Amino acid sequence: MAIDKATVAKIAHLARLEVPEEKQEHLAKELSGILGWVEQLGEVDTDRVEPLRSVMSITQDWRPDRVTEGDRRDDVLANAPARQDGYFVVPKVVE
Amino acid sequence: MSVDLHRLTLADARKGLAAKEFKAVELAEASIAQMECHRALNAFITETPERALDMAKAADERIAKGEAGPLEGIPIAVKDLFCTKGIRTTAASNILGNFVPPYESTVTKQLWAAGAVCLGKTSLDQFGMGSANLNSAFGPVKSPWTRPGDAKPLVPGGSSGGSAVAVAARMCLAATGTDTGGSIRQPAAYTGITGIKPTYGRCSRFGIIAYASSLDQAGAFARNVRDSALLLQAMAGHDPNDSTSADLPVPDFEAGIGKSLKGLKIGIPKEYRVEGLSPEIDRLWQQGADWLRAQGAEVKEVSLPHSRYALATYYIIAPAEVSSNLARYDGMRYGLRVEGRNLAETYEKSRGAGFGEEAKRRIMIGTYVLSAGYYDAYYVKAQKVRRILVDDFRKVFEEVDAVLAPTTPTPAFRIGEEPDDPVAMYLNDVFTVTANLTGLPGMSVPAGLSSDGLPLGLQVMGKPWDEPTVLQIGAALEEAAQFNTLPYGIEARA
Repeated sequence: MAIDKATVAKIAHLARLEVPEEKQEHLAKELSGILGWVEQLGEVDTDRVEPLRSVMSITQDWRPDRVTEGDRRDDVLANAPARQDGYFVVPKVVE
Repeated sequence: MSVDLHRLTLADARKGLAAKEFKAVELAEASIAQMECHRALNAFITETPERALDMAKAADERIAKGEAGPLEGIPIAVKDLFCTKGIRTTAASNILGNFVPPYESTVTKQLWAAGAVCLGKTSLDQFGMGSANLNSAFGPVKSPWTRPGDAKPLVPGGSSGGSAVAVAARMCLAATGTDTGGSIRQPAAYTGITGIKPTYGRCSRFGIIAYASSLDQAGAFARNVRDSALLLQAMAGHDPNDSTSADLPVPDFEAGIGKSLKGLKIGIPKEYRVEGLSPEIDRLWQQGADWLRAQGAEVKEVSLPHSRYALATYYIIAPAEVSSNLARYDGMRYGLRVEGRNLAETYEKSRGAGFGEEAKRRIMIGTYVLSAGYYDAYYVKAQKVRRILVDDFRKVFEEVDAVLAPTTPTPAFRIGEEPDDPVAMYLNDVFTVTANLTGLPGMSVPAGLSSDGLPLGLQVMGKPWDEPTVLQIGAALEEAAQFNTLPYGIEARA
């Protein structure tokens, strides 16, 4: 599957990545190369094969739903790019 | 005495500390001196010498009281992908360039509880994505090896390049790594040391910054097989904080080391004789098979018919998981924020500035293969081929106990001579990704030198949860290979 510049711009937006226009052409070529190469999987007959999501065959445990760690507000906020009065400060979302 | 302490193996350092021949503080000082001496290799992103001395002092006190843990006083380095409470943890990225975790990863928590001493956080390919340690926001890491008579720096391999270099250049006795597609085994092979990735689920992933969660697994670097077993022993075990960590007893990883291989069957997968495999690596592989045979193992050819599709499968599944895992970096709760005119632009600018080129490539590939209309054709297809790869190994393990293969198709290359084409770069991982896709344990052992004097590794892959046999075979290769060349670049100070 060849990817063009417009598709690069679209994927970049879906992934919320700023990709400057002058880099889109080159990226289109690289991504097309990678996708073209992975298409070799088409040679493998997978008609009656179930997709594998995890190699772990162990059943997962239930645990009681209770608070194990609480009251960590300051720790949670410690790495915030902006904070005020014990809250995260984020850009205005609703006009 | 202290001049040579950094050359000790982990096992010998443990004996020396227990016999009170030297103190943990002296051992830490020797490692710190090495770390400072080899700063030009750029192995560390963050050095923590003061913390190391404090921890060593505490270790000396516990040794004096007879309360030593299994790694008491042993200086180690930690890949900067493990969250360490109060120590900056960057994933070698700008987006986490100033991130100081408020909590400790389970693996490092266990290591400190065992008495290990933290020298610092080592560089890597950003988030674990790369095979040469060229994708770090903190600059490339250089291998301590150079070709004889050639000063041009070589890549150490990746993604755990910093940890591999710290061990190879004798800056620490052992180091942690993570391996998603070969990130422990490949740099171990390039730098002439030992590296093991255990079975998926053997070590907790809690507090390890996620790259591709169904493939990521922590493991150990050391200068010999026994030392890697000792480090891994302290890293492994069930953790309720990671639902994919196995609630199984952890075996004694040293148990098989030094034992005869009589009764073991070892497979040579014929499909691994790929195009582009260097003839000298092919020869070393034959030599490895002969070594194992000479020590009593039955060695036979086996078939893993879908091996050639592993790499392409990996480069769909890993990027898909990347695009999902790295979606959390939005510049809101932690990490870099670059303000835009509105929320969407702030996301795009923060992520555009925060991620390196390879991370962006993989996020975009992942976004594409998961997007509507392509999901079945790429992602589900890859998951189906992944099951076929697992089945291939299951069948082979009905015939043999382990598989022997090269670790890499070539020795290390010079910095600046890496291929421009991402696909050509991905071929470095051709022999290693399969163990991640199938969850199997794998280890690389230094087995010889290339014609231009660079280390080459052989890889052992074993059955699920059977690290002891992998280590037993690794030790047999080590015994036969007698690899003891020091990196030429730093011979005098190694």
